[in-house]
Amino acid sequence: MSALRILVPVKRVIDYAVKPRVNKAQTGVETAGVKHSMNPFDELSVEESVRIREGKKTPVEDICVISAGPTKAQDVLRTAMAMGADRAIHVETKEGEDLEPLGVAKLLKAATEQNKSNLVILGKQSIDDDAGQTGQMLAGLLGWAQATQASKIEFTGGDSVQVTREVDGGVETLKAKLPMVITTDLRLNEPRYASLPNIMKAKKKPLEKKTLADYGITAEKRLKTIKVTEPPPRQGGGKVEDVDGLVSKLKELGAL
Amino acid sequence: MLSAGARAFSALTRPRFTTASTTLRSPAALRRLLSALAVLEQRDGKLNPGSLSAVTAAQKLGGPIHAFIASSNVKAVAEEAAKVEGVEKVIVVENGAYDKGLPENYAPLLVENIKKGGYTHILASATAFGKNLMPRVAALLDSQQISDVTAVESENTFVRPIYAGNAIATVESTDPIKIITVRGTAFAPAAVGSGSAAVEDGVDPKAESTTEWVSEDLAKSDRPDLSTAEKVVSGGRGLKSKEEFDKIMLPLADSLGAAIGASRAAVDSGYADNSLQVGQTGKVVAPQLYLAVGISGAIQHLAGMKDSKVIAAINKDPEAPIFQVADVGLVGDLFEKVPELTEKLKSA
Repeated sequence: MSALRILVPVKRVIDYAVKPRVNKAQTGVETAGVKHSMNPFDELSVEESVRIREGKKTPVEDICVISAGPTKAQDVLRTAMAMGADRAIHVETKEGEDLEPLGVAKLLKAATEQNKSNLVILGKQSIDDDAGQTGQMLAGLLGWAQATQASKIEFTGGDSVQVTREVDGGVETLKAKLPMVITTDLRLNEPRYASLPNIMKAKKKPLEKKTLADYGITAEKRLKTIKVTEPPPRQGGGKVEDVDGLVSKLKELGAL
Repeated sequence: MLSAGARAFSALTRPRFTTASTTLRSPAALRRLLSALAVLEQRDGKLNPGSLSAVTAAQKLGGPIHAFIASSNVKAVAEEAAKVEGVEKVIVVENGAYDKGLPENYAPLLVENIKKGGYTHILASATAFGKNLMPRVAALLDSQQISDVTAVESENTFVRPIYAGNAIATVESTDPIKIITVRGTAFAPAAVGSGSAAVEDGVDPKAESTTEWVSEDLAKSDRPDLSTAEKVVSGGRGLKSKEEFDKIMLPLADSLGAAIGASRAAVDSGYADNSLQVGQTGKVVAPQLYLAVGISGAIQHLAGMKDSKVIAAINKDPEAPIFQVADVGLVGDLFEKVPELTEKLKSA
């Protein structure tokens, strides 16, 4: 049985509790001076990797986190290392030079090969672009098995992994052999908080700096953003006094 | 090198030639080039009507539409798909290896059929199947997928929500083959009716799947399906326990003939099944009536229901953000108000 070398891609996004505002030029969302943090689904990926090691059922040789983005992306890599990742790779991009999911998948393919990873755990989607593509694209490029929207991951001996995934109407269980790509769903685990001593220790863990060129990737885009607008505002219709008022208002609105 | 006269000549005539040729080439030639493939879903030999929103979105493109379906015993599903309005041809592959829609073999299967058919647009509904499969197909074709499209502006321009629906992006694709997943609530399923599409066998590359399907556990319910229901009643943390959730919400749903949804808080606390979660990371619904009970209205929840026609809310906190989007709100204790509402709806 091969020891696990886990690669965990993480993304720095606008914090989930912040209500994003569209910029005046309608080219995107205002990001300057807005609180950012690790994409919530990526926290689940880091947590799961650390739990696999702690579960001791399968030896884990390496947990490497990787992020592409501006210098500030290093903050989320440090957080991931404080949660228990061994080391980090930061692929620096210029401000505004964001990669699309296909570009990220190509970058991750190169990184997977270079790091000799046999398991890649990603979040099922990032809460900024809401694309939900990168994990599946990576699995396709590598020709590996994929299990998306995982709510349970079990190592069943040898190189076999059993994954329960959330589907419409319930759950489905799949079995595959390593190497594979798994994307995490909310139900998988509850990510830990990094303790102060671990945050201090994470500062000493290795963080390798790379560029897109190191992986032979360019930030060329296939999708051109024409404009970004606010959704049409929804006006609250006011309140009613009692249940009778509710029923008659709903009838008036044609909902009953 | 051109002489001055020749240059003047070409400068004079070029615009006229260009105009003439554009008039000749557009829209007819474009229409000839554009062709869409809608990937349909089946379960146990039955067509999944939710997947027909892909056909509706394809109709907005203006070219011929073919539908694709693969499973064991594919004939019955193909007959149903052939009746779908707007579908010109149904491409079928009969092979039990595709019954569970495993992307490891389904993606190469689709790729082969896309190449054979020369399609420019591949569409699937953004269901669990579509979300799992299509990005893998896109990667194999080196195309940047456009996810969860809510409007088709032209053959290469699409609209999609980002940031949990807090912003709406219009994007233009430069890929020769466009891979698109469509949001079901933005495109009503195409009608199964008077269509009479031809049924044709597709190619089957018979790729092996690297994953094996083990089992499934689907919530059984006689109530309408959450994603397509006309009415949805949704419960949140305010319900306090699974027992109370069932006691309060089930009779309310039945009095309205509504589907049941839940907030993340209710699902995480075990009051309701995961598959009932409405929001950015759960289901996106847009029913005629969405009744939120004991839900405060976090942005992640609003992302899944704010396109509902009428939103009603019952919450004891008058400051709850849900009231900012609700067409009608009632401030009060849900344990009193909801049973009263259920009674009044029953007697109405």
